[in-house]
Amino acid sequence: MTLKVLAIDDSRTIRELLRVAMEGAGFDYSSACDGVEGVARFAEVVPDVVITDINMPNMDGYGVIEAIRGGSVESKVPILVLTTESGEKLKARARAAGATGWIVKPFDDAALISVVRRVTGAA
Amino acid sequence: MQTSSEPSKSEVEFVTFSAGDQSFSLEITQVREIRRWSPVTALPHAPVEVLGVMNLRGSVIPIYDLAARFGLGSTQENPRNVIVVAMHGNQTVGLLVEAVSEILSVSRDKIQDTPDIRSDMARQSITGVIPIEDGMTRVIDLGAVLHPNGRALS
Amino acid sequence: MSNPILDTFFEETEELLEALAEGLASMQGGDHEAETVNSVFRAVHSIKGGAGAFKMTELVGFAHHFETVLDAVRSNALDLTPPIMHTLTRSADFLSNLVEAARSGDSISQDVTAGFLAALQQCFGEKEIESVDAWDNFEFAAITLDIGGPAVEVASQAAAAKGFMIVFRPDSALYSNGHEPALLFAALADLGTMNARFDQELLPEWEDFDPQDARLSWTIELQTEESESQVLEVFEFVQGICELSVSPMNFAAPAPPGDATGSFVPTDAKIAVLESPGLFDNAVRLLTDEAAAPVSAKPPEVKPAEKTASEASETAASKGPKPTLRVDLERVDRLINTVGELIINQAMIAQRFADMTETTDDDLVIHIENYRLLARDIQEGVMAIRAQPVKSLFQRMSRIVREAADATGKSAELITIGEGTEVDKTVVERLADPLTHMVRNSVDHGLESPEARIAAGKPATGIIRLAASHRSGSVFITVKDDGAGLNRQKILGIAKKKGLIAQDAELSDSEIDSLLFLPGFSTVETVSNLSGRGVGLDVVRNSVAALGGRVSITSVPGQGTEFTITLPLTLAVMDGMVVTVAGETLVVPITSIIETIRPLPGDLHRIGTDDMLLSIRGRMIPVVDVARSLGFTAKSDQSMAPLLLLVESETLGECALVVDAVQDQRQVVIKSLESNFGTVIGVSAATVLGDGRIALILDPEAIAANRMGNQFPSVNFSPNHGRSTHANL
Repeated sequence: MTLKVLAIDDSRTIRELLRVAMEGAGFDYSSACDGVEGVARFAEVVPDVVITDINMPNMDGYGVIEAIRGGSVESKVPILVLTTESGEKLKARARAAGATGWIVKPFDDAALISVVRRVTGAA
Repeated sequence: MQTSSEPSKSEVEFVTFSAGDQSFSLEITQVREIRRWSPVTALPHAPVEVLGVMNLRGSVIPIYDLAARFGLGSTQENPRNVIVVAMHGNQTVGLLVEAVSEILSVSRDKIQDTPDIRSDMARQSITGVIPIEDGMTRVIDLGAVLHPNGRALS
Repeated sequence: MSNPILDTFFEETEELLEALAEGLASMQGGDHEAETVNSVFRAVHSIKGGAGAFKMTELVGFAHHFETVLDAVRSNALDLTPPIMHTLTRSADFLSNLVEAARSGDSISQDVTAGFLAALQQCFGEKEIESVDAWDNFEFAAITLDIGGPAVEVASQAAAAKGFMIVFRPDSALYSNGHEPALLFAALADLGTMNARFDQELLPEWEDFDPQDARLSWTIELQTEESESQVLEVFEFVQGICELSVSPMNFAAPAPPGDATGSFVPTDAKIAVLESPGLFDNAVRLLTDEAAAPVSAKPPEVKPAEKTASEASETAASKGPKPTLRVDLERVDRLINTVGELIINQAMIAQRFADMTETTDDDLVIHIENYRLLARDIQEGVMAIRAQPVKSLFQRMSRIVREAADATGKSAELITIGEGTEVDKTVVERLADPLTHMVRNSVDHGLESPEARIAAGKPATGIIRLAASHRSGSVFITVKDDGAGLNRQKILGIAKKKGLIAQDAELSDSEIDSLLFLPGFSTVETVSNLSGRGVGLDVVRNSVAALGGRVSITSVPGQGTEFTITLPLTLAVMDGMVVTVAGETLVVPITSIIETIRPLPGDLHRIGTDDMLLSIRGRMIPVVDVARSLGFTAKSDQSMAPLLLLVESETLGECALVVDAVQDQRQVVIKSLESNFGTVIGVSAATVLGDGRIALILDPEAIAANRMGNQFPSVNFSPNHGRSTHANL
C-alpha cells in the first residue's frame, strides 16, 4: 500500500520541494496551504503521515496538531513539523503539542524520506 | 530542403542564400522559415534597407533588404526572391534575399575568420567566412545586422 | 537543481515581499494588530525558508536576523518605536535587493550588508539578544541512569563484544504523539543484535487496567559497534516522553535469543517474550483482543469534509476567500492571440461579404454582426483574465518615494487611492518605468524642501497622491503632488533657449506645461543624481502612447502639479478610422478624432512656405501634413481636396491632420511593433487588415509634434490658434 503523505505549508516553494521528494520516494502526496485547509484535507485524505509547517496564517502548526490529536478525530497519526530552527526549545514545544518528530529546513531529500520512514515504518 | 545525413557534433549547419550577387549564410538554428515575398507596409522615416513590416501569422515583423543593408544596392524584384524569417533572441525579423542556395553542413574548423574588408559595416556584421564551391559565403551576425545602435528607429 | 521550483520560489517571494511592504505600511500607519505583525513576520520567515532550500546564504543570513527582530516585535519583547519602524522598512527594502541579487546572480557588497545588519542589531540596543542562536546552545542531554546492575567483567579470553543496556519505558504521551515503539525497536535492531525483554512489574491487575495508561516497559540488550549517540539518536523524538536509560555494557558472548538470563517464559497468552518487533506486534494483538489497548493507532473518526477542494486547483493566498486558479501566463497569452485572430477573421469575413455586392442577404448581415459581438465578448472576457489590480505597482512606488526623498533631502509621503482598480497585466508592467519616473520627478522637482514648505505654511512632509480609477471605458491614473507647481517662466525660458519654440511665441499656461513632454527637454541644468540623464517626460509620453493612452499635465503655482495618464480599458482592441495617406493605409484611433472636415478651398490659408492653417468656426488651427510627418512624401499635393481629421494634441492644441481619404471605421486588433522592431516616431502600433496586410496605427500626438518630419519637433504657434485645455475624456 502506497504511503500517503499530507504536507501543510503556506509556502508554495516548500510544498513543491516536498512534492518532488515524496513522490520521488514513491509516496502519495497531498498538500494544503494553511492549517484550516490542512485539517480539512486530513479528513479527506486520511494520510499515513502529516508534515506541517509551524508559522502559517489562519491556523498555525500547533493548531493543526491540536486539531488532529484532539477533538473528535483523536488521531495518532505520525505528525512531523517542518521548522527552520533546530533549538531545543522548539523541539520541546513541538513534542508537548503532540508532534511525533521534526524536520529542519533546509531539508535534505534523503534525510526527509528517512525520517518519514522512521516514524511510519514504511519501506 | 533536407540534408542527407545528420551532422555530427562538431559540425554546424548553415542556410546559404544570395543577396547583391554575393553569398551569405545564417546558422540554421536562427532560421525559422522561408517565405515567398508578400506585400510589405512601409514604415515612416525608415532607412533604405528597412522595407517595412509584414504580417507573419498575426505577428508584425520588419523586413530588411539584406543587399541594401550591406551596401550592395537594393534587391531587384524577382519571382525567386524570398524572405528568410530569422530569430535573434526574442526578435523575429525577415530578410529579403534573391534566392536561397543550399544547406551546408560544415565542421567548425572550416569556418574562417573574417578577412580584412574595407567596409567597416560589412566587417562588423559578418562573423566569419566558409569556403564553398565557387568562392566563399559570409556568415552573418544577425544581431549586428539588426539595428545595433539601439532599437529605436529615427 | 529543480528549476521550475526555483521559478516558483522567485514568484512566491515577489508576493511575499509585497505582503511584507503592505504589512509594514499598515504598521507604520498605526496598525499594531497581532495578525498584521504576524503576517510581516511570516513573510520574512517564508522567504528565509525557501531561500534556505536553494542555499542562498546571503539572503538566508539577512532574513534570519530580520526575522529575529520581527519575532521580538511580535512577542512584544521589543516596542515598535519610530527608529525601529524605520529600520524595519529599510530592511524590507534591502531584503528586496538581496532577492534581486539572488535572482540575477549578482552579489551585494559586504559593507552594505553589514550596515543593514548593524541597524537590525541596533534595535536590540543594550539588551542581550535572545536570538535563535542562543537556543542552539542547548545541547541534547543524554540521560544515563546507573541501574546498579552487575558490570559484566570480560575475562581475557574471547573478544568482548560491545553494546548497551537500554531500559525504555514510554509515557502515555509517547503513544498519543503517534510513536510506535515497534518502530523504535526496529531502528535499534538496525544497529546491531538486539535482545529485548518485557518488564512486567509495571503491569497492573486486570481490574485496575486503564487502556490509556502507559505501563509497558522493556529492557534491551543491544550488541553494537555504534556509539552511544547513535543509539540515543533512535530515541531523539521521544526524549522527555519516556523514561530512558542507556548504559554501555560488555557482552561475554553474543547471547542467543531466548537463552539470556531473565527472559520470560510466557505463562499465559497475555504476556509474550519480546525477542523482535514481530513478537511485540503479536503481543499487542493479544492484548488488543482482550481489552482495547491504545498502543496501536486508532483509525481516526472522520467527519465528512465540509469543504471539498478540487484536485486541480490549490487555493491561492490566504487573504480573501475567493477561489482562484493559477494559470500559466503563456497559455493566457496564446488564448489572447487566438482571440485576436478570431476578431481579424471576423473582420475579413465581414469585408468579403461587404465586397460581394451582388448578394444582399439580410440574415447573413445579422449573423456577421452577431459574430462580431460574440468575438468582442470573448475578447473582453479573456482580457479580464489578464486584468490585475494596480496595487502591486502602487506599492512599489512607496519605496521609490522613500528613496527619492532620502536622496534629495526632502520629506515625502505616498498616498494611494483606488489600488484595486484593475488593468491589463501588460499595462502594469509597462507602466512601472513611466510611473517611477513621474513619481521621482514629483519628489525631486515638484516638492519643495522641508524649510521652504514650512515657510510657505505647508506641512514639512509633502504628499504624493497616486490614484487609479475607471471611467467611461478608460483607466485614469494620476500622480499629484502638493508642491510648488510648475515654474512656467523657467520652462518657457528653457524652451526658447533650446529653440524648441519661437522666441516670440505666446503660449497659454497649459501649453507651457505641455512643453515638458518635448523630447530633449529638461529643467535641470545639472544632472541630478536622481532623475538621471536625459530621460525626459517624452519617454513617459511615448510609453503611454504605445499602450494606446495619453498623458497630460496640470499645475497650480504654489499648490502642486498633477499628471494624468489615460489608458484604454481593453488593451488589444481599438476602434479605429482606416484612412489613406500618400497611398498607404493607416489607422487613426477614434478616441483621438474630434471630427472629420472636408474643407472648402477658402478655409485653408498658407502661412510661409510650409505651413497651413484651417479656418474653422472663427478660429485658426494648424494643419499637419501626415504624409510629410511620416516621411512618405516630400510635399503635400495641394491640388487634391484634402480631408481633415480634427484631433486634440498636447503640443499644438487642436489641429487638423491631412489624409487622402477615409476608408471606413472598424475595430482593429493592436499588434505591437516593439518586440520585433522597436519604437517608431509617429506610430504607436500596427494592425492586420481584412486583406491580411499590415496597417500602421498612428499616434496623432507624435504626428502633430513631428509635423515637419524632423527628429525633434519645432513647434510653431501662430497667434490666434484655438485654446486647448488638457482633455481627460
